[in-house]
Parts: sequence; structure tokens; C-alpha cells
Amino acid sequence: MFNDLYQTLKEFLRTFGAMQIFFMRLLSNSPSIFVKRFGLVVQQIYNAGALSLVIIMVCGLFVGGVLGLQGYSNLSKFNAEDSVGTFAAFSLIKELGPVITALLFAGRAGTALASEIGLMKATDQLSAMEMMAINPLRRVLVPRFLGGVIAMPLLVAVFTVIGLFGAHVVGVSLLGVDAGAFWQQMQSTLEFGDVMEGIVKSVVFGVVASLYAVWEGYNAVPTAEGVGRATTRTVVLTAIAVLILDFMITAVSI
Amino acid sequence: MASNAENVIEVRDLDYSRGPRQIFKGLNIDIRRGDVTAIMGPSGTGKTTLLGLITRQLVPDGGHILIGGIDIGKLNHKELYRLRRRFGMLFQNGALLTDFSVFENVAFPLREHTKLPNRLIRHIVLTKLHAVGLRGAADMMPAQLSGGMARRVALARAMVMDPEILIYDEPFVGLDPISMGVIVRLVRKMNDALGITSILVSHDVQEIATVADCSYLISDGKVAASGSPVELQKTQSKLVQQFMHGMADGPVAFHFEAPDYEEQLLGRDVE
Repeated sequence: MFNDLYQTLKEFLRTFGAMQIFFMRLLSNSPSIFVKRFGLVVQQIYNAGALSLVIIMVCGLFVGGVLGLQGYSNLSKFNAEDSVGTFAAFSLIKELGPVITALLFAGRAGTALASEIGLMKATDQLSAMEMMAINPLRRVLVPRFLGGVIAMPLLVAVFTVIGLFGAHVVGVSLLGVDAGAFWQQMQSTLEFGDVMEGIVKSVVFGVVASLYAVWEGYNAVPTAEGVGRATTRTVVLTAIAVLILDFMITAVSI
Repeated sequence: MASNAENVIEVRDLDYSRGPRQIFKGLNIDIRRGDVTAIMGPSGTGKTTLLGLITRQLVPDGGHILIGGIDIGKLNHKELYRLRRRFGMLFQNGALLTDFSVFENVAFPLREHTKLPNRLIRHIVLTKLHAVGLRGAADMMPAQLSGGMARRVALARAMVMDPEILIYDEPFVGLDPISMGVIVRLVRKMNDALGITSILVSHDVQEIATVADCSYLISDGKVAASGSPVELQKTQSKLVQQFMHGMADGPVAFHFEAPDYEEQLLGRDVE
């Protein structure tokens, strides 16, 4: 049993190490690709970002609406329904914006990346590039990674703004909270550090979600089953990593 | 390691294992400049693996591979990529990039490696597509092509950088007789017209006989026989005879290694 445990631990460390090296290779190739092949990156920002907008906006609107409802019903017990705006803003900017966007991003863009890269591998397209002396890491992986890293914070911003709008619609327009109080309290309590925390999270989650998607796709077993499994693993691993990191970043910044 | 100037590729004492299975045990192969060399062998002898080793997508356990006298094991990443520009490779299924059109697929290496103006790229790509008879398909997407057409497009793409060495991985598999004839003629034409050295991995004995100058038959990790197709036909070795004439049983057994038949059917230890 100890031997099994030892083997599992060894395997885990090996994968973890390989992933760090992979991450470093992505990073070291990123600046030159960003400058020389910006067109490729823009295309991937479109794929990962613009194509995820609908799901992000719809979810943001309803998450904001729920915050408005829940905030109102709980805060009104203490006659503090004017604080609905603050409540929604804190929740969205610091937690729900980055976390839910990252989870949606993994489901929408991460799976698309992993399966695309996995299928390119399964159909020899990556080997063909290597044989044409074109490094697939630079031509295929780095632009996709950068596209995800750049798109994520932008998506978080969109999600948060739409969420605040949803909270406003529910709190102010439907439940009758004073609009002035809604925004005024939010402005006076929310500090720069709170927004910063949200931005840090969105960047970290963007890196993690893109890294997992690209890694799983690139290391997929090149069969139909293997690509399917890589897609699933992308979502599961991203979700776990994002929630753990969320806890850690929150703990550090309080 | 004496290197012969006539040989573009020399494989010396190559060892390679995948997991517990040893695929090559001291393999030696010479590929002469300007020839069409065929590498044959029963399925599973590692023909495609050999191509992977020659192009250093795989790393051997032992032995050397010399290309133009240079040991590719000693090259760093940059030098390896420079060397690979001298190769063109045709993959079994074509390996076309599925999100680009036929034209862009053939143009891809030019766009990545050169800064040629668009007009010139267009000119080169259309010439190469014309050579494989598919100039009219330039705007089609890979998914719309038949297997034979995809392979011809891949051939055009493999040639677009004017390589010295063209490698074909199973170019005849799954083609109808007409497409097969087309590819056979193209292989020979490219080789002679452009002075390329061609390496062909296949087990289609008939096609090899019409196109190859020299062929190697690999079995059990070693070269079992070599020579021109005519010489191979005449070889007395049982293995060569079995392979060249497509007999079901012989040195390469019809049955995959299995426990004793009678025992397995009648044995007592069966639950």
C-alpha cells in the first residue's frame, strides 16, 4: 500500500514538474509571439473572448439579479436594504465575477481549446508542422494561451458590470431601493484594494484556465477517447484549481 | 563510422524499444542520393517508427543516424529545425490543417518561413498545385477532399519549400486503383524531375516494384533483405518469399503468439 502511495506521489510530482516546464516554455515564447505574430493572438482573443460573450453576459445578468433579490430579502430584516448595491458590488467584484467567469470560461473556451489541440494532434497536424520546421508550441499553443490570458480579465469585467446592472434592475427598479443610496454607498465603501483583488484573481484564473486547456489538449492521448477525456479533465482541473486559488488569494488579501 | 558521399541518409546500428518491446536491434540502412528507396515490412515492424527516428521526432536508444554526413543526435533544437527544412514529409492521412483552405495549406510553410510577397506566394502555390493536378481545388477545404486528393494536396505542400528529401508514409493505403496510379507516377516524376531523394514506407509490393530503385525489407528489428525489387523477387529466403507473394503462413506466423490451443479450450483451470 505504501508502495502504491509512493508511486502515485511520484507520478503526481512528475506531472506537476512537467507542467511547470511547459508553463515556462509558454512564457518564454510569449513576448516574441505577442510582438511578431499579434494577428494570431487577436484571432485567439476573438475565439476565447468574443465567442464567450453571450454566455458570460446572460449568466452575469442573472447572477446579479439573484444577488439583488437575496441581498434585499436578508438586508431588509435589518432595515439595511439600501446596502444592496454595496453587497452586490463586493460579491461580484471580489468573488463571483472572477470565479464564475473562470468556470464558464473553462466550460466554453477551455474545452474548445483542449479538443481543438487534441484533435490537431490526433490527425498528425502538429507532427506535420514539426516536419515543416514550424514549432507547434509557438504557432499553435502560445497564441491560444495568450488569447485566453488576455480574454479572461476582459470577460470578468463584462460579467461584473452586467451583474451590477442586474442587481440594479432587481434592487432599484423592481424592489424600490433608492437609486442614489444604491450607488452612493457602493462608491463610499468599495476601496481600490477590493477592485485590485478582483483584478488579481481574474488574471491568475485566466492564466490557470488557459494553461490547463492548452496542456490537456497538447498531452491528450491522440484517440477519440483520449481527446474526450482531455476535454473533461480541463473543466474538472480548472474548477478545482480556481476554487483552491480563490481561497488562497482571499486569505492573503484580507 | 565511414560516411559515403553517395548516401544522403545512413542508419547505423540503430536500437529502439517501445516499452518492453524491442522494435529495432542494430538496424543498418543506406539511402542513396537521387533514388526512390522503399522500406517494406509486415505491419507492426516499425516502418513508421523508423521515419520518426530519421526525422528525430523520436530519439533512438542506441546507434546513429547520419544525414548528409551529420549525426542528427548531436544537433540542438535550432539546428534540427534548420535540417528539417530540407525534408518534406507526406503523412498517412495527409495531415492537412483543417481550418485552412487547400491554397492556404500549401502556402503555409512559405508564409511561416519566408517574407515573399503575396503575388509570388500565389504563383508558387498554384504551380505546385498544378503539378499534382489540383489547381482547380485551391479554394476547397480539406474536409471536402477525397482521400486521394488530400494526399495530393499534402504532396504539394511537402514540395513547396523545394526539399532535398521527400518522405512518404504509406502513400498507397486506402486509395482506389486510379488514385494509386496517380500517386505512383507523381512519386517517380517528382523524384526524377526535381532531383529529390525519396523514401517510401509501404507494404504494397506491386506498387513498390514499379516505382522503387532499391528496397529494404525489415523484419524482427533488422534488415531481412535488400536490393532492387527484381532482386528481392528472386531471393530464396522464406520470409522474403512469404512477403513478396502474400502467403498467409510462413516465418511470419498467421497466429499471434497465444497459449496452447487445446489447453486453452479444454483446460481444467477455466472457471
